[in-house]
Amino acid sequence: MYAFDYHRPTSVKEAANLAGQSEEAKFLAGGHTLLPTMKLRLAGPASLIDLGQIAELRGIQRSGDAITIGAMTKHAEVASSADIRAAIPALAELAELIGDPHVRNRGTIGGSVANNDPSADYPAACLALDAAIVTDKRRIAADDFFQGIFTTALDEGEIITQISFPIPAQAAYAKFRNPASRYALVGVFVAKHAGGVRVAVTGAGSNGVFRVPEMEEALSRNFAPEALDGIAVAEDEMNSDIHADAAYRAHLVGVMARRAVEAAAARD
Amino acid sequence: MTTVSLTVNGQSVTADVDSRTLLVQFLRDTLRLTGTHVGCDTSQCGACVVHLNGQAVKACTVLAVQADASVVTTIEGIAQGGELHPMQAAFREHHGLQCGYCTPGMIMSAIDIVNRKGNALDEQTIRAELEGNLCRCTGYHNIVKAVAAGAQAMAQAPLQQAAE
Repeated sequence: MYAFDYHRPTSVKEAANLAGQSEEAKFLAGGHTLLPTMKLRLAGPASLIDLGQIAELRGIQRSGDAITIGAMTKHAEVASSADIRAAIPALAELAELIGDPHVRNRGTIGGSVANNDPSADYPAACLALDAAIVTDKRRIAADDFFQGIFTTALDEGEIITQISFPIPAQAAYAKFRNPASRYALVGVFVAKHAGGVRVAVTGAGSNGVFRVPEMEEALSRNFAPEALDGIAVAEDEMNSDIHADAAYRAHLVGVMARRAVEAAAARD
Repeated sequence: MTTVSLTVNGQSVTADVDSRTLLVQFLRDTLRLTGTHVGCDTSQCGACVVHLNGQAVKACTVLAVQADASVVTTIEGIAQGGELHPMQAAFREHHGLQCGYCTPGMIMSAIDIVNRKGNALDEQTIRAELEGNLCRCTGYHNIVKAVAAGAQAMAQAPLQQAAE
């Protein structure tokens, strides 16, 4: 690991000021992507701004028709939250599928969303649930936030403070895990809202998380697995690597989408 | 250098560390608590699991400076009054180890499982919850038995559990 200056602010404002003063600063959330990346010297920030002591970034609130989660809330906290289990069980189940228990005790929702790893789980939930990513400067719709692999709408020095998830009528997440890394080889999040169905896919797309409009239209007409018959995603837009080639990933998108619809429809 | 102050196995510790120091390096190299192991150093294997504020974490993926003002418990801190912790005793009794390299992490994870899931653990739960701990010797069979027995034994030893 290269040397860096370490800062531990206690407010979002202080964190933003520190970022403004330092070139090549990085925010440290749970650290379960950033620290391994720094160990490999693939990242070498001049300063590290630890968000771990900022109380205002923690916590889970239910307010009417939405669940709002502080950016530094850990995966284990989302997985075990009674409010989330009651309102959006699919989101708690997704959190429980991330990494292993130790990773879930450190990794945060804000860190995952800001990183936008193409195989991460939360981006699919944000897109399918039509979440708003709230920063210290603005509110960004998930549709505008995720802009390709490891790329987001965040400006330099901008800090995610909360993520707000509208509560859907029904939702489920189906994940085909890489058994070694536990990242999604393919993960499909399906959510039925009053205004229609949204389907988001992670792990598969060569440009990161994406929605599948054909599936959304078909499921909005008939929220049942058979509504997806005959709908396929384009192989040439899928990832290919040693774990799965593009054709297999495209196939898995269909299979996982059906499983998610089945699980969502079975909830009541 | 950054000053860190934390409580490790019930004792207050203050030291100046390079910001890059990992918690596991701090425990092993500065405090000489070498029971916590480094296996993969990539947050996969779980040989470095310790409890940070009561939660199991991989100490290879936490900076020492992040643990400032925290309470850390390592494998050296769980035996009380010269008696093995019930989970340690169960690993010995059920031969839940061969080379022993993964054992400190296994035991710290196992205690965390009991803290979260209670004392009656079925095999499926134990196997699922141990997914962040790798053992390259035993095939896990005796480890799973040891965790189940240790979990039961912890119910009989409330004082030891509370001591952490």
